[in-house]
Amino acid sequence: MAKILKKEVLTPQMKLMVVEAPWVAKKAKPGQFVILRVNEEGERIPLTIADFDPLLGTVTIIFQEVGKTTMMLGELNEGDAILDFVGPLGREIEEKYFGHVVCVGGGVGIAPTYPKAKALKACGNRVTSIIGARTASLLFWEDKMRAVSDVLYVTTDDGTYGEKGFVTHVLGRILRSEKVDLVVAVGPVMMMKMVSLLAKDHGVPVLVSLNPIMVDGTGMCGCCRVTVDGQCRFTCVDGPVFDGWKVDFDELLKRQRTYLEEERRALDLYLAEKAKEEVTHGF
Amino acid sequence: MASDRLFGRPKMPQRPVSERVRDFFEVPLGLPEDVAIAEARRCLQCKKPSCVKGCPVEIDIPGFVALLAQGKFDEAIAKIKEKNSLPAICGRVCPQEDQCEKECVLGKKGQPIAIGYLERFLADYEREKGVKTPPLPSPVPRKVAVIGSGPAGLTCAGELAKMGYQVTIFEALHAPGGVLIYGIPEFRLPKAIVRQEVEYVQSLGVEIQVNAVIGKTFTLDDLRDAGYEAFFIGTGAGLPYFLNIPGENLNGIYSANEFLTRSNLMKAYLFPRYDTPIKVGRRVAVIGGGNVAMDAARTALRLGAEEVCLVYRRTKKEMPARIEEVERAEEEGVNCIILTTPVRFIGNENGWVTGMECIQMELGEPDESGRRRPVPVPGSEFVIPVDTVVVAIGQGPNPLLLQTIKGLALNKRGYIVADPETGATNLRGVFAGGDIVTGAATVISAMGAGKRAARAIDRFFKDPDSFPQWR
Ligand SMILES: Cc1cc2nc3c(=O)[nH]c(=O)nc-3n(C[C@H](O)[C@H](O)[C@H](O)COP(=O)(O)OP(=O)(O)OC[C@H]3O[C@@H](n4cnc5c(N)ncnc54)[C@H](O)[C@@H]3O)c2cc1C
Ligand SMILES: Cc1cc2nc3c(=O)[nH]c(=O)nc-3n(C[C@H](O)[C@H](O)[C@H](O)COP(=O)(O)OP(=O)(O)OC[C@H]3O[C@@H](n4cnc5c(N)ncnc54)[C@H](O)[C@@H]3O)c2cc1C
Ligand code: SF4
Ligand code: FES
Repeated sequence: MAKILKKEVLTPQMKLMVVEAPWVAKKAKPGQFVILRVNEEGERIPLTIADFDPLLGTVTIIFQEVGKTTMMLGELNEGDAILDFVGPLGREIEEKYFGHVVCVGGGVGIAPTYPKAKALKACGNRVTSIIGARTASLLFWEDKMRAVSDVLYVTTDDGTYGEKGFVTHVLGRILRSEKVDLVVAVGPVMMMKMVSLLAKDHGVPVLVSLNPIMVDGTGMCGCCRVTVDGQCRFTCVDGPVFDGWKVDFDELLKRQRTYLEEERRALDLYLAEKAKEEVTHGF
Repeated sequence: MASDRLFGRPKMPQRPVSERVRDFFEVPLGLPEDVAIAEARRCLQCKKPSCVKGCPVEIDIPGFVALLAQGKFDEAIAKIKEKNSLPAICGRVCPQEDQCEKECVLGKKGQPIAIGYLERFLADYEREKGVKTPPLPSPVPRKVAVIGSGPAGLTCAGELAKMGYQVTIFEALHAPGGVLIYGIPEFRLPKAIVRQEVEYVQSLGVEIQVNAVIGKTFTLDDLRDAGYEAFFIGTGAGLPYFLNIPGENLNGIYSANEFLTRSNLMKAYLFPRYDTPIKVGRRVAVIGGGNVAMDAARTALRLGAEEVCLVYRRTKKEMPARIEEVERAEEEGVNCIILTTPVRFIGNENGWVTGMECIQMELGEPDESGRRRPVPVPGSEFVIPVDTVVVAIGQGPNPLLLQTIKGLALNKRGYIVADPETGATNLRGVFAGGDIVTGAATVISAMGAGKRAARAIDRFFKDPDSFPQWR
């Protein structure tokens, strides 16, 4: 059981929770994740450790409500507890001096970008960050990202805030005009793919953080397998951070869609249940 | 000898195929009391019982069978429990036909005593009555950490607790039991039984900490700092092997571990009441010939597959699965395609598997395991149309924990090197047993290893210098 100490609504579909998990906080490193389960019937889902404080024994998670589990999680409040909360899992990113690092966070991927940018900044790197979202109301943590970046660019697809367009537009501009030693990208698979192609064109290495479907998160099931450099790798133990030049993103995109029908069905049933409850308990 | 004494072995009553393939309830029903007593009376009470030699934990088989024959069920189960603390589980999943029953003298000319059925009968009798916790000894203030809650870990922890030690089991998953909970399906081993055995171990004073991945959440050194003085590693052989052939990452292709974990641990067979989904198409192919493959094939049938085939590269004779389970699988409609192995998977534009190209095999010279090595027949390729594939070709040691323990000796296949008598590894105070030492084996051998290690850990506390390897 992990108690929720703080809950914040970042955007209508995005929530932040500070969770009491001293043992996870003590061991956590940037790039790692946890797996949680909301209730006895629940699924195990992975979420990145967006921030952690070993002294306070807390772990921060940020999640987008995309389906049943993330919605149920979003309904929990301060004082409630998350049934299972295990971690830290996966490998951390290498904390060392690369030179000029560009960190790119798209959508909910801004959250997992933050601890990486923070750690890389602490190692003396010059950090340029680019964060983007579809529209202004979906942006969050601009202030936190600014605090750990030398320069921060913000984009929205519809131009409601910052620069209009995709994060890749800004990245392309930087790659053309500045010397970049490493790109770090977290976000939707399509975004990570585009970032990787772009950086590869400029001969700049890229680290991406992959998000396949997982079950155990300890290397026991192979559900999270991805192809990297023609090899089968388990994201939960060999990743989640991989060399973006070598990842087979198209395969990952397809694998993520494995349970589309079932996810839809679970969500519809859940929403119908909720609607019924509101009718009986409402006015 | 009267022929009813030689041939009277009862058949296990089981649920009819038409009924059982639609649900996940247990298939064999257990012997009725009169049948169990009659079977026990068939035992010759050999002076030098060969059955005992076939039992990995040397249960006093004629002893408990005699008590059963006299209707003294409580004494009979107590006799089993002297050696085996998980009889309800072993009575269901042990391969008796390769162990005690294989050695039973009656088997030479007739039919061996149904030792496994009798063990299960007694264990169920006791479970229904409610298991009593034995009186506990006064506590010994020394802490032992047991890593992994499979049969090896549970047994080791239970035995140590009975000696008074302070034991904590650390388990990576959210539920204890190891393969018993995530691998073996409900229809073969009801989870209520596993839970009861776990509760029994807890009633002895053992703490179980779930969601603790040792090597990640805590390292062995962290545990040492927290006051643990001895360690038992029973982390099993949980790393799934894949075929490493083209197309294996297509959607619809599962490792047996994933398929069974979704169904058993996460209860995907109860989707959408439980949230974890599982996808089973009309035509399912399971690759392999062991218990894991049988469990996957029978699970697929219960999840609604219309056709399930089992593709195995040798012949039925070489299948490592229990004969009973192969028979049940075939009864239920699983189609065994032998002397065949897949060479690549074929997919559609959305990335879903649609076919499996296979090649036929023939048996050549015997290999290291003594079984004849299958060799491909050139030009014999053919395609099996499939919607779902489960790869059940074996498991290896998960390196997650092992790579974080500095200096721990592993063999070339990545398993821990441990003394077979004590479980002692090359590191002082660190013991290991079960599948992480032997490779994928059996529940009873894992239990036996856990028990021997518990005794050795007791010796380590009392006489640490008696382990020459650590001097
Ligand atoms: C290492 C890692 C880190 C992640 N970090 C974050 C994060 O910090 N914040 C965040 O919002 N999301 C993160 N995700 C994605 C998050 O796990 C999924 O959004 C979540 O599982 C969706 O569950 P659901 O039931 O709400 O939605 P569903 O309706 O079940 O699914 C919606 C989509 O989420 C994905 N998904 C579903 N089940 C799983 C699963 N068990 N494991 C992984 N993905 C799944 C699928 O691609 C699916 O299409 C991360 C994923 C991984 C692998
Ligand atoms: C599907 C299937 C069917 C089988 N059928 C039979 C059968 O009919 N009869 C039979 O005798 N045998 C059968 N077996 C084999 C038998 O189950 C195993 O030999 C036995 O369970 C091994 O026990 P163990 O305690 O060594 O490991 P396991 O049962 O594998 O338990 C290991 C435990 O350790 C945990 N763990 C791993 N790493 C860590 C870590 N780093 N930190 C904390 N915890 C960790 C795992 O999560 C797991 O719970 C079957 C196996 C499978 C997979
Ligand atoms: S070998 Fe067979 S007949 Fe002899 S004691 Fe054992 S079970 Fe009884
Ligand atoms: S999630 Fe099971 S192996 Fe990675």
